[in-house]
Amino acid sequence: MPPTTRSDISLRVNGETHALTVDNRTTLLDALRENLGLTGTKKGCDQGQCGACTVLADGRRAVSCLQLAVAAEGADITTVEGISDGEDLHPVQEAFLELDGYQCGYCTSGQICSAVAVIREHAAGWPSAATGDVRPDAEPPPLDAAEIRERMSGNLCRCGAYPAIVRAVGRAAEQTNAGQGAERTNAGRAAVGLGTAEESKVTA
Amino acid sequence: MTDLTDSATRAVGTSTVRVEGREKVTGAARYAADVPFEGLAHGWLVLATVARGRVSSIGVDPVLAMPGVIGVIHHGNAPRLNPKAGMFGIPDGTLQLLQDDRVPHFGRPVALVVAETLEQARAGADALVVTYEEEPHDTAFSADHPGAYTPVSAPVSAKGDVDAEIAASPVVVDQRYSTPEEHHGSMEPHASMARWENGRLEVVDSNQGSFMVSTILSALFHLDEGVVRVRAEHVGGGFGSKGVGAQLILAVMAATTFDRPVRVTLTRHQVFTVTGMRPATRQRIRLGADSTGRLRAIDHESVNQTSTIYEYVERNGEVTHALYAADAIRISTSVVPVDLPTPTWMRAPGCAPGSFAVESAMDELAEATGIDPVELRLRNEPQVGPLSGLPFSSRNLVGCLQEGARRFGWADRDPRPGVRRDGRWLVGTGMAAGIYGAGSVPSTAAVTAEADGGYTVAIGAADIGTGARTALTLVAAEALNVPPSAVRMKIADSDLGSAWFAGGSRGTSSWSWAVTAAAEDLRDKLVGIDRIPPEGITGRGDTAAQIAALAQQERHAHGAQFAEVAVDPLTGEVRVRRMLGIFAAGRIVNPLTTRSQLVGGMVMGLSMALHEEGLRDAAFGGQVNGDFAGYHVAAHADVPDIEADWVDDYDPSHPSGIKGVGEVAIVGTAAAVANAVWHATGVRHRTLPISLSRVLTSQA
Repeated sequence: MPPTTRSDISLRVNGETHALTVDNRTTLLDALRENLGLTGTKKGCDQGQCGACTVLADGRRAVSCLQLAVAAEGADITTVEGISDGEDLHPVQEAFLELDGYQCGYCTSGQICSAVAVIREHAAGWPSAATGDVRPDAEPPPLDAAEIRERMSGNLCRCGAYPAIVRAVGRAAEQTNAGQGAERTNAGRAAVGLGTAEESKVTA
Repeated sequence: MTDLTDSATRAVGTSTVRVEGREKVTGAARYAADVPFEGLAHGWLVLATVARGRVSSIGVDPVLAMPGVIGVIHHGNAPRLNPKAGMFGIPDGTLQLLQDDRVPHFGRPVALVVAETLEQARAGADALVVTYEEEPHDTAFSADHPGAYTPVSAPVSAKGDVDAEIAASPVVVDQRYSTPEEHHGSMEPHASMARWENGRLEVVDSNQGSFMVSTILSALFHLDEGVVRVRAEHVGGGFGSKGVGAQLILAVMAATTFDRPVRVTLTRHQVFTVTGMRPATRQRIRLGADSTGRLRAIDHESVNQTSTIYEYVERNGEVTHALYAADAIRISTSVVPVDLPTPTWMRAPGCAPGSFAVESAMDELAEATGIDPVELRLRNEPQVGPLSGLPFSSRNLVGCLQEGARRFGWADRDPRPGVRRDGRWLVGTGMAAGIYGAGSVPSTAAVTAEADGGYTVAIGAADIGTGARTALTLVAAEALNVPPSAVRMKIADSDLGSAWFAGGSRGTSSWSWAVTAAAEDLRDKLVGIDRIPPEGITGRGDTAAQIAALAQQERHAHGAQFAEVAVDPLTGEVRVRRMLGIFAAGRIVNPLTTRSQLVGGMVMGLSMALHEEGLRDAAFGGQVNGDFAGYHVAAHADVPDIEADWVDDYDPSHPSGIKGVGEVAIVGTAAAVANAVWHATGVRHRTLPISLSRVLTSQA
């Protein structure tokens, strides 16, 4: 039997498991868009440079254009279509809407997925390049504008909506943290797929 | 609760969330490449890999044998196009794809591979072997290129004797400025789907004006009017780059050849290569002034690159036409055809690079005369069009300058350069003025009173992120005296009739006029009607006659921008710390989205000042940084909080007082940043972008 160029896989997306047959060359991005009809995830560059295709894979941000669909089996994928709770918008979506954190809307899905993960990463105590004190036992930095800009810099917006996006992420973070409390625990890190503080010391 | 009348009269001028906002934040908004079609095939472009020559062979057969490949379109089998087709009836050689074996520049499409899936089309395109007969090429644009000439469409415009005034001026600034190729980089790559359905050519496209695209496409493919229907419901940015795209022409060829729906989407690299760019420009500015700073002469010379297949003129002198009064003014423009892709309009064409030169030179004049830069501009405020002598429809640049200076805290500024330190950073502030043309272009619209009590507005407008859908909803609500929630918008469909496109900062002004006219017609028709029939009652507007009857005036939006920068002399890094833009841009329809658009223009201007530079390899004429890693556009971390606001500037020559805001906000931004860098470091940067290497190698 000749080697096959197609594979039968199952993808778990937005809480549903889909069985599909894909060309082995198919990226996760194209599988979402062309096979599953989830066109909310956008293709801006197809080479990991713009962030428009950002989804959450096991809670962590991932550019879906740089991952093959066959390699995404077993991951729990969340796209922009899975961010809201039914008809109720996520606080990040509400804030983008009300503060006009977009213009053409093409980078918006990626910005929103990124922002949802940024708020969780920050709440779990993860530092960024903008964080002054990065020792594991340091107090968490406030999620101020500089932190948000640094953490969101993988998502380009050519319309230049950045200032409004930063405000929107800040507002959504306040609402999210006020509702849930920012847990800087190892359990919190594990929940967003970041590994524990102990592990991070080893790999840092 | 406000009553209906109250909310209706307040519609225009009230911050309103985008009517399509929920679709955009949930991922439901469908862009051109998002719409599914039964039996859809995919096309993938193959681009020329030589700078000039002829295609000598195309290895079609092995590709046809590949899995899923439906066919290959090339100059040997492509449908014949009408060579006279082009915008405004001007033949456009860039549209003449696959018509012969000539390769006029690197990256010219030479074939389209069509296959069942994206992966198969891409593999086929990668495998297609094209050979060329190469010819010597010239891709080296320069100001003193022997091929430079003055285009017939851009004659010298002048008043007074510039040379004599400069000779008699006690203070003269005479400097040269360079701007590089810049790319639109809209986040949505150009995409088009074409199919034949019931005798009509149906197109789902990413464009800035579906009616314009349908008209040109009809001419190009020798089709009768009404055969082509083009739609572009949501468009992921355009900035001038989304007219009749190569991907659209090729999709139509493929749909026609294979009788299938075919979608063609450009890769990001292809977007950089085939969709045009702002050309590189070289400018010389001569300012002559008396010791009080009053301008006696402005001489603005400009030259830009174009291609050998279309004469594109970057009208940098536009900015000089009406910005300052002077006894003598001369504006001259020339072009240099080289073997490179054809440039095109990019946000504030002419005025963006032109203002970098003129507003840098004005800062140099302020330095030379010892007059504050804001004050210098106030002293040269014209009362009428400096070249034309025509009155301004409305003008409030003075208000922009004064309000901007007040809010920015300009009065406390120490004019000396290179003397402020903040740790390792040198800190400075700069400002610049801006101007961009306003006006309206004939358009048609229909407004229907529906039996359910709502109103449907139908107009061939485009919303490329400008907020047009929402702005027109507010304008219609005001014209109908109903709440915005009663208005439904139908746009971005060529079947809705003739309308201007999203360009020239004339979208909202042109479309709102047509909508207002249709609403007035409807209100007349509704007099005495007490029951709306099931099919509704429709009013129509066509603004051609009213616009033709307008008095000749100088119509412009204006702005003043202020920037604070910090420069690290050790790394060459320039950080913009804060920016303020105050604009006079007619009546503001939707403050929420207007502010976004103004801030967005300033962000693009910041990016132009510090980051953007299309670089070409002289050996093959290709762009060596044609992606978002090599061609950096401002990212989150580059952009501070930016404040944009406006002063009163109702334009009485427009029925709703509207001008436009899409472009004026990028005019002057780069100069404001460059002037701030001078104030911080004492070094004048006359070449954009002010990159790390330019800062490090520059001398005070």
